[in-house]
Amino acid sequence: MIKFFLKRLALTIPTFFALMFVTFMMIRLVPGDPIEVRRGERGISPERLAQLRHEMGLDQPVLKQFWDYVWGILHGDFGTSIISRSPVLHEFFTLFPATLELTLCAMLLATLVGVPAGVFAAVRRGKFYDQALMGAALTGYSMPIFWWGLILILVMSNTLHLTPVSGRVDLIKYYYQPVTGFALIDSLLSGQKGAFGDALRHLILPTIVLGTVPLAVIARMTRSSMLEVLEEDYVRTARAKGLANWRVIGVHALRNALIPVITSIGLQVGTLLAGAVLTETIFSWPGVGKWLIESISRRDYPALQGGIMLISAAVILVNLLVDLTYGLINPRIRHGH
Amino acid sequence: MATDTAIVTRPAAPPGPLLSFWRSFRENRSAVLGLAVVIFIILVALLAPVLAPHDPLEQFKGATKLPPFWLDGSDPRFWLGTDAVGRDMLSRLMYGARISLFIGLSVMSVSMVVGITLGLAAAWFSGIIDVIIIRIMDLIMAIPSLVLAILIIAMIGPSLTNTIIAVTIVYLPRYVRLVRASALAELTKDYVTAAKVAGVRPFRLMASTVLPNCLAPLIVQSALGVSDAILEAAGLGFLGLGAQPPTPEWGAMLADTRDLMQSHPWVMAFPGLAILMTVLAINLMGDGLRDALDPRLKRS
Repeated sequence: MIKFFLKRLALTIPTFFALMFVTFMMIRLVPGDPIEVRRGERGISPERLAQLRHEMGLDQPVLKQFWDYVWGILHGDFGTSIISRSPVLHEFFTLFPATLELTLCAMLLATLVGVPAGVFAAVRRGKFYDQALMGAALTGYSMPIFWWGLILILVMSNTLHLTPVSGRVDLIKYYYQPVTGFALIDSLLSGQKGAFGDALRHLILPTIVLGTVPLAVIARMTRSSMLEVLEEDYVRTARAKGLANWRVIGVHALRNALIPVITSIGLQVGTLLAGAVLTETIFSWPGVGKWLIESISRRDYPALQGGIMLISAAVILVNLLVDLTYGLINPRIRHGH
Repeated sequence: MATDTAIVTRPAAPPGPLLSFWRSFRENRSAVLGLAVVIFIILVALLAPVLAPHDPLEQFKGATKLPPFWLDGSDPRFWLGTDAVGRDMLSRLMYGARISLFIGLSVMSVSMVVGITLGLAAAWFSGIIDVIIIRIMDLIMAIPSLVLAILIIAMIGPSLTNTIIAVTIVYLPRYVRLVRASALAELTKDYVTAAKVAGVRPFRLMASTVLPNCLAPLIVQSALGVSDAILEAAGLGFLGLGAQPPTPEWGAMLADTRDLMQSHPWVMAFPGLAILMTVLAINLMGDGLRDALDPRLKRS
């Protein structure tokens, strides 16, 4: 077991180095050099430019620059944002909880709706419910989520006035110190009346939008996995023993059918963390995705570089965790079959 | 004998497999529907210059934000109304079909060619070449697709061509891994050994003996790859990182409708519907292709 853990960990190290190399190259390949971008804005003299170049280490050999970059990252220095002048790592961790909260809620929705929907579809195979559900799932899977978000805002917020259009909380009515960074928890801790409900209502639409594609994937996957398991001998045995139908399906079949589904749920968390870019942009959700897009338009390349490095690192770590957990559940993986 | 076998097993060459493929494909009614819609969209895209009532970039002064024909205040010249600066929605949608299909097909064909080359190379040479190719693909897959696309666009700048480049790089690993895995499985089979013994050269062995037997999953992947590419490109367009205005790209068309959303919802409705319809039709067709071509893949 420990061997499997170490082996899997060792495999991620070259990935991290390659990632550092790619993000390092990125800032070099961007048209125009970051100092010039800055000079254009503030009118820096050539002497000052040379000095800045020296300060930022841009007059060093490239290999040395890469080494300094890696060394900095290993010591938690992911660069400094050109615009806000604060460390990228700090900005990232201020915004990351918002993205994480949204991702977890979306995944929760997708799992809680997707798994039962898939099970029912499998049980009613070929019937109307199955066909309608699988049609809906394929539609969800094909949905351009940025458009889906706009439609939901139009219907739910602008027409029916059920949910707020954007943001995480109504800042005019409620204010509280971020303790955990999760709006749901912080609003509860603040003890302000109505703050929690407000935070929850802000979460609804973004959660639906971000959860749509994984919901469709999970429903389709649960259905096919369930169909396969229902053909197995042990399910027939369970039925032959005279067990109630719900028990056969809900306990005997579901347990085994869920193994591949759980892996895919885990792997989707990583995809979602990054996929939140579109959702956050639509709902002005102050998370990492929106920050990345804004960094591009502000030409804040250090922020972009550090942000991409950090979000990819987060995804790689989540996937690693999923792999390790899967190894725990399923001994066949652990022994490399 | 060995080369004979290769010719006989090539799926597309004789009419037999094609006909049997069509028979099992048409059993799936939704797949046939998907195919019909895809053909319709392809026709619209090809014939856009003939079909479109107006130039997609022409701005009609005094005819801005007109509603579609079934609503009050519509203009018979503009069936689906006009956008914020008075461009004909229907014409823009038709030209948009060209752009989206062009993106989807370009990404697919480049990924196929590069994917097949790298995948076969990895399978044939194994050793260090295999390790390098697979490591690079793993790295690409480790970075989330949209973030990677954004990273590439940030480097090379937003444009239609660069969208295609970015999306191709993002989706390349799927093709490479698929080709490599199927080629590795085929390489252990007797007919390959027989071909080797018969003195078939490596290039010919891989290209005309092994590759045709890897095609089924690859065709399915390429169909689904087209729809994924269209969605990803539309997302980039929406973020302002894809095709630039005034190009009638569906995602970019959606991006500047936000202010009009409440007062003129149709301006937002049509481009999104066009994306959804296209992607859904291709996915329906892809599901049907998968069931008909490769029963082993049915489970996924």
